[in-house]
Amino acid sequence: MSAITDPPKGGFQLSQLIYDTRYRSMTIQIVALVLFLVGVGWLLNNAAQNLAALGKPLGFGFLGEAAGYDINQKLIEYNNQMSHGRAALVGVMNTLLVAVLGCALATVLGVTIGVLRLSNNWIVARIMTFYIEALRNVPVLLWIVLLMAIFIESFPQPKDFRGDDAVATLKIFESVAFTNRGFYIPKPDMFAGSMFVVFVFLASIVGMFFFRSWSRKRQEATGEILPNFWISLGILIIPALLVYFVLGRPIGLEYPELKGFNFKGGIYMRNSLIALTLALALYTAAFIAENVRAGIMAISKGQSEAAFALGLRPSRTMNLVILPQALRVIIPPLISQYLNLTKNSSLAIAVGYMDVTGTLGGITLNQTGREMECLLILMAIYLAISLTISTVMNWYNESVKLRER
Amino acid sequence: MKNSTFVGTLAAATFAAGFAAAGTLDDVKAKGFVQCGVSTGLVGFAAADANGNWDGFDVSVCRAVAAAVLGDAQAVKFTPTTGKTRFTALASGEVDVLARNTTWTFSRDVDLKFTFVGVNYYDGQGFMVPKELGVASAKDLDGATVCIQTGTTTELNLADFFRTNNISYEPVPIETNAEAQQQYLAGACDVYTTDASGLAATRATFESPDAHTLLPEIISKEPLGPLVRHGDDQWADIVRWTMNALIAAEELGVTSANIKESAMEAGNNPEINRLLGTEGNLGEQLGLSADWAKNAIAAGGNYGEIFSRNIGESTPIGLARGLNAQWTDGGLIYTPPFR
Repeated sequence: MSAITDPPKGGFQLSQLIYDTRYRSMTIQIVALVLFLVGVGWLLNNAAQNLAALGKPLGFGFLGEAAGYDINQKLIEYNNQMSHGRAALVGVMNTLLVAVLGCALATVLGVTIGVLRLSNNWIVARIMTFYIEALRNVPVLLWIVLLMAIFIESFPQPKDFRGDDAVATLKIFESVAFTNRGFYIPKPDMFAGSMFVVFVFLASIVGMFFFRSWSRKRQEATGEILPNFWISLGILIIPALLVYFVLGRPIGLEYPELKGFNFKGGIYMRNSLIALTLALALYTAAFIAENVRAGIMAISKGQSEAAFALGLRPSRTMNLVILPQALRVIIPPLISQYLNLTKNSSLAIAVGYMDVTGTLGGITLNQTGREMECLLILMAIYLAISLTISTVMNWYNESVKLRER
Repeated sequence: MKNSTFVGTLAAATFAAGFAAAGTLDDVKAKGFVQCGVSTGLVGFAAADANGNWDGFDVSVCRAVAAAVLGDAQAVKFTPTTGKTRFTALASGEVDVLARNTTWTFSRDVDLKFTFVGVNYYDGQGFMVPKELGVASAKDLDGATVCIQTGTTTELNLADFFRTNNISYEPVPIETNAEAQQQYLAGACDVYTTDASGLAATRATFESPDAHTLLPEIISKEPLGPLVRHGDDQWADIVRWTMNALIAAEELGVTSANIKESAMEAGNNPEINRLLGTEGNLGEQLGLSADWAKNAIAAGGNYGEIFSRNIGESTPIGLARGLNAQWTDGGLIYTPPFR
């Protein structure tokens, strides 16, 4: 009779939580979670107590009070009798404006520079390398301030445009005023019938897409390639132009004119907006260029050799073979760059651009003394903007991802 | 079980995290210096020289407080603050006293929870324009571009002024006086507006001050003075009465020149005796030494001396006493009695 030892019985012992591998990881996680929650709780509690001790309990009622200050650039209706909340909204719009303009410009510049850096032309490649290294190795705040200083110091004052022997004149067919307060460009003036022109133009855009898909099908069927670009351009412009002249030019231009202290009329682009957008775009473009270069270089050389062997020209090889594959590598870091640009736009106060940090996190915070509330809202706003950008870009990334079969 | 542990520990943390607020006076004595918030640089009021020594009208208040509390006018740590950062710096305890041409207003006193200890300069908001612009009145400024320091009362006054007069303007918000100066001189704005004293101080640093003029309108009351946090009345008393001591010294004819002998022994004037600690125990009541006021006055002279040395008519800034003369001379500078 062989002695069989009984399997260990007995109840659950506390030491098993640490020594038994079945439970150990769970124990550690729970302990860590509790410590983390206690830490967060302590911070919140501490903040609440300190605020109470200062006699400033948390409250968001101030958002409904009259702001009392003016904002120079407003995309929505605003005056100083409206609420702090409205002022914050004006700031959010200004932030979004810089973010959208900046991201678009940075993408165009970045892709161009990134491709050119791989150029076989030694000079072009070196110039692009120099650009990238110069731009991305200097803090963006300095670029913003530098551009602003250049705008302020080097462009003429509005009063220089005055008189018969004016020092400065309007540029580009006397339509654009470059001043040290910003640029004034002509504004389209809509007369009766102008809506019809706009409608035709919109219809042309739809038509262009139809042509594109028809042309692709035709190419797949016959193998012939139409001069797509020129035909698209024609579809886009010619009908609208025809309607424009037939209706007797219903869209005019309102030119900027010097009246009083400043130019009136036209679209006023403040130099703070231009300096900020340009500096952010130039800076971020340097990073995007590197992303693009990395994406292109990640594509095996065999791909371009195969494309050449098929007789594709270099530009078609780039557009049809390399870039579509490179996009998969480019998009994820590109999302980070968009987020960086958007968050860097909070440096706007350096040039007096009234973004949300300037209105809500600046003047409102200062006039109401609600630091905690303002900063919490501000963080929530940036978080929301960033998550939205991420979501949209991830969705785009999904659509260009390699389809594995 | 997990939940209750969490709640239990949270409750324990609640008790542990008490709000520790020691008296500011004890803190200052322990540190050995007074933390003073000043402007980032406004000649005459607070500016650092090439060696990093701060000097000016507002700086003198800080030095007097340091002399009264610690007996050493140099025992001050200056923190330059912008219009935006100043209140946070004071509320968070980064500075003990804020002497930075700050306007005493209802909401700052009541809502922001600060104690203004008095007024050391009665000011009003003015406009500066280049003479060649040919503007004679602020009401002619329709459509003008106005440089303005953001986060100040002037920002709100400006909005009110243009609204009541029904004229338009384009505000250019700016962080510091230096940036405003750069933009104004480059012509990026037509007008610079801030407290009239600040405008005079700024104009004094221009290459050609005569090319610029201050418009006649003063659109607001700007009583400027030092302030401290709510909740520490002893510290507020110390700063208030240090400032009052400087004012009383001028009224009583005590100057930096004669203070040594006046403080040697009790003289004929009982108020001077009480002020300088040769009679009574005012210093003890404040929690300071008996010669606190003597030290404060010796640090930079009395109110009149500080005024004329930093911003008076003999300086490039050239401000007349005006409202800031002693009440005996028809001004508003007046201190409650030392008794």
